[in-house]
Amino acid sequence: MDVIKDLFKFLMERKKFWLVPVIIVLLLLGLLLVLGGGSAASPFIYTLF
Amino acid sequence: MKILGISAFYHDSSAAILVDGQIVAAVQEERFTRKKHDDAFPSHSVQYCLKEAGLSIDELDAVVFYDKPFLKFERLLETYYAFAPKGLRSFIQAMPIWLNEKLFIKKRIKDELRDIEEFDAKKLNLLFPEHHLSHAASAFYPSPFEEAAIITIDGVGEWATASICKGKGHQIEVIKEMHFPHSVGLLYSAFTYFLGFRVNSGEYKLMGLAPYGNPNAEQTLHFIATIKKELIEIYEDGSIWIDQQYFDYATGLKMTHNSKWNNLFGIPKRNPDDDLLQVHCNLAFAIQKVTEEIVMKMAIHAKEITGAKHLCLSGGVALNCVANGKLLQEKIFDDIFIQPASGDAGGSLGAALAAHHLFFEQARKINLPDLMQGSYLGCQFYPNEISSFIKKQKAIAHFHENENELLEKIAEYIKNGKIIGWFQGRMEYGPRALGARSIIGDPSNEEMQKRMNLKIKYRESFRPFAPSVLEEDAHLYFNMEGKSPYMLLVSDITENIKEDLPNGYHDFDMREKLYYKRSSLPAITHVDFSARVQTVSKDTHPRYWKLLHALKAKTGVGMVINTSFNVRGEPIVCTPKDAYACFMNTEMDILVIEDYIFLKEEQPEWDNRKKWQQEFKLD
Repeated sequence: MDVIKDLFKFLMERKKFWLVPVIIVLLLLGLLLVLGGGSAASPFIYTLF
Repeated sequence: MKILGISAFYHDSSAAILVDGQIVAAVQEERFTRKKHDDAFPSHSVQYCLKEAGLSIDELDAVVFYDKPFLKFERLLETYYAFAPKGLRSFIQAMPIWLNEKLFIKKRIKDELRDIEEFDAKKLNLLFPEHHLSHAASAFYPSPFEEAAIITIDGVGEWATASICKGKGHQIEVIKEMHFPHSVGLLYSAFTYFLGFRVNSGEYKLMGLAPYGNPNAEQTLHFIATIKKELIEIYEDGSIWIDQQYFDYATGLKMTHNSKWNNLFGIPKRNPDDDLLQVHCNLAFAIQKVTEEIVMKMAIHAKEITGAKHLCLSGGVALNCVANGKLLQEKIFDDIFIQPASGDAGGSLGAALAAHHLFFEQARKINLPDLMQGSYLGCQFYPNEISSFIKKQKAIAHFHENENELLEKIAEYIKNGKIIGWFQGRMEYGPRALGARSIIGDPSNEEMQKRMNLKIKYRESFRPFAPSVLEEDAHLYFNMEGKSPYMLLVSDITENIKEDLPNGYHDFDMREKLYYKRSSLPAITHVDFSARVQTVSKDTHPRYWKLLHALKAKTGVGMVINTSFNVRGEPIVCTPKDAYACFMNTEMDILVIEDYIFLKEEQPEWDNRKKWQQEFKLD
């Protein structure tokens, strides 16, 4: 829960309100991922992610 | 104030610990795990730092991570949004990592620290300065300057890819930033990728390849013009705009759109095993020149807007010592300080320093020559540890109680063309070996570059070697004023040691250029008469300095070739065990660990060679 609180505090500070729905959808997806036990393989070549 | 800095999860993880503003220890995780550019949480490094400082986690005033993960996440989402629907594949790959791991970084750090030792999580003060602020802090606070302009340039942090700041006293003010996807570091990495080297480690090879380019060739001039006309726009303040139609890094899984680059430059992307042709050298030369132009413009602008006399540099691009040398040569600033761990490994130190001076508002005490202690901030091994290693290994070593006798002997070996593994004192922090974990040899030996590259380092023959020279003698061989203790400046050799060039030298092919004797110190003179100099001072590394002196007494030249103690693909050695393995697996002649000399011909049978070659993948 701490991370969600921190994330929304951050969005308020940055005034990036349009990202709120995007992040909610992503967090729900993330929840599915966690519940589904999926793992994340590290992609790619640079530090961009 | 006791502060632990951490950089992790991207590349070159590291930890650093400060006690009352003094750097007690700083070290990279790759040295312990033996995995080059290791991006794992730096557990070993943290343990080492805590041990060196004699502290527990509960005693720390803060643990500081070197960037702001949420801000990076914001950049990712906005980038994907801006490029949509392009980038869907990379979005699908990136998001699970963020949603599973990277967003939960506070928890992750606490969990990892708990694996090291139990502590009171509620009391832990966890801070997150911005990536480029960490870089700026890593350059300014250790510098000897009360006031300075600070330039940071790298691939990308959160949004920033470069910044101009002003440091004064214990304050740093960020004046200007350049934002993703426009990035000098990523531009250079794109060329690294297109020329068949690995992004994030091959940039150094690209820089070494550039002098083989023909500066007068029409093709080279065409490449420079094409880069500036088609790929980027360079503004007067040194910022750039990159035409994203040619690049794939913003949302894709590679750096460049190869077919478009093929059309632009008339060559396909080089594969890592393909031969290096003159056209590749010319392209490397072109991007190096363009990078130098950008850095120069940025420095001139930084001078204008800060009015400072001194400059501090950090970020991965600050490891481009050719550009640094030009910057010094142009005398835009009176003096320059470059953080020796300028890449992300230096982020842990910068983050800790930023917390100390900016968050806790602690005053700054300037140390001379600087705060970095020669960058000898890693582990060291004591006589009992070394002798027990020798026993366990059943190695044959000769102990020398008398230092002068030891150094005399080593100097004689060097004079006779032997290649020495040199392991002394605390390990270096940052990518360069500075005489603590080095392989050294005679710079006047014509065969040395070839032998070291092919028989010792197992790396590409075109790669140059750097000299370590007595600080007081540097001016005899190099056109440089002042010092270069961290091997981060390239300087031309002096006329008196240059050999005359034949007509049409620039039209020679790579191999002809490489093996043409260009100076009386051929092993450290690059094909364009430059050298990446390390000046050795009596104060920062007395034993190394004494060795150079002993050598000077024998040969008249107080200088050695100095290359890192590792082979291609391997992190620099950390322990006596790593050093002995590297010594036995290569054609190195002699190993010196503190006061012990190991001669190759006396060592017992060694049968791990094949296994070891498989262990380190070529970079």
